[in-house]
Amino acid sequence: MMANHLHKSLSRPEWEITIIDEKEEHHYQPGYLFLPFDIYEPEDIVKTIDEFIPKDVHLVRSGIDKIEADSNKVLLSNGDVLHYDVLIIATGAKIAPEEIPGMQDEAWHKSVFDFYTFEGSLALRNKLREWEGGRLVVHITEMPIKCPVAPLEFAFLADSYFKNKHMRERVEITFVTPLSGAFTKPKATEALDHLLAEKQIHIESDFAIERVDSINKKIVDYGGREIPFDLLVTVPTNKGDECIERSGLGDDLNFVPTNKATLQSLAHDNIFVLGDASNIPASKAGSVAHFEAEILTENILRFIHGEPLKEEFDGHANCFIETGGGKALLIDFNYTHEPVEGTFPFPGVGPLRLLKESRMNHMGKLAFRWIYWNMLLKGTHIPFVSATMQEAGKEF
Amino acid sequence: MEKQICGKVIHLNEEGYLTDLNEWTPEIAEELAKEYNITLSPRHWEVLKYLQSEHKNNVPLSIRKIGKSNVVDIKEFYALFPQGPLKISSKIAGIPKPASCL
Repeated sequence: MMANHLHKSLSRPEWEITIIDEKEEHHYQPGYLFLPFDIYEPEDIVKTIDEFIPKDVHLVRSGIDKIEADSNKVLLSNGDVLHYDVLIIATGAKIAPEEIPGMQDEAWHKSVFDFYTFEGSLALRNKLREWEGGRLVVHITEMPIKCPVAPLEFAFLADSYFKNKHMRERVEITFVTPLSGAFTKPKATEALDHLLAEKQIHIESDFAIERVDSINKKIVDYGGREIPFDLLVTVPTNKGDECIERSGLGDDLNFVPTNKATLQSLAHDNIFVLGDASNIPASKAGSVAHFEAEILTENILRFIHGEPLKEEFDGHANCFIETGGGKALLIDFNYTHEPVEGTFPFPGVGPLRLLKESRMNHMGKLAFRWIYWNMLLKGTHIPFVSATMQEAGKEF
Repeated sequence: MEKQICGKVIHLNEEGYLTDLNEWTPEIAEELAKEYNITLSPRHWEVLKYLQSEHKNNVPLSIRKIGKSNVVDIKEFYALFPQGPLKISSKIAGIPKPASCL
């Protein structure tokens, strides 16, 4: 995304842009949510990385051993060393099931699943195809996690999936969260709690997990509370990449301390951080990275020209929440404004409704995959959707 | 929202967190703790002091961080402030609701 933005503004030969990526494929991670329910097939969510790299940008296929920020060097796993003038860290976040005792033992991907990896999501699809029912527990280990609404969507889609398979009465769905309600923001929580009740999804809040007991099939929290399961779908602790830890650039979860308005690293002026890799208090969502990219492009150009950075990023996030049955909610929020009712993107017109279930929002969610592959990765601005949040058309 | 405790008026937000740490006193903490059936012991006080100093240094608080703080482990933290230890202890310490949840 940043390479696609920057290669248009930075001329060669003064500037060379290099992307380091160890993978050959790029995954549409929001698709992991749909894979278990046979809504998407694997080929819908995987593409080769090469097709998204602009012609005048180098792609180096290697892992990263570490970043030596004091000497402006990146040491690659293949032994090569790259020098940089400006570094953008976009190493993302990933699950760390090893953080919770018992989570990753023999039951892993047999009765205890994640859906935040391709392998987990696919294994879960195969399990659900043959599962005959029982207690399904959908669980969040600790915050922050990527796409904080995904576990809720999973619970809603599971309700819909089992209804369609005429086996809903044989499945008891429980949503377990360390938060005190369905979501982190009060107004959205109210709307979502209501939907959970309507769909007969039981919620267990304020649950801080200590361990998974996969032999007796229960999760146990630090206060001694126990929740039994037949099938546990958990979102493990999310952490930044290990290379951040090796480089001494991260906090206790390997996220890089970052200025939340400029996206510049707090420790090094010539390092900027995009997306899930940072510790800023915004949602770890694809839309956030997209909005950040527009502001970050400008700030990197300012940095190069020795101008003051724009303190413009407001934490803007825009998320569709699948609620099952071909409907979805849409929420739009930032650091200071929680999601509220209203219309999007045109004030008073829509066509999308904020914080209300509708079929149109569901179509929006499905269309988003196309937007992701064809606009987001290529750094194309989405018409009518601004990087900072608009207040018009919202009911604060 | 205003509340009168120990003859002093304090200001709380809609979720019951003090809006101004300057209004906090140890007596107020004792009273707030009573609402959760907690009698503050020396161990409670050590945790509350730690939370306040982290807050003053702008360190974002999370259960994970407190567990690694060498002040208290998570098990004991739960025993001291049952149910929602981070939220309850923050309330008693007079600091804002921890933003570790987005």
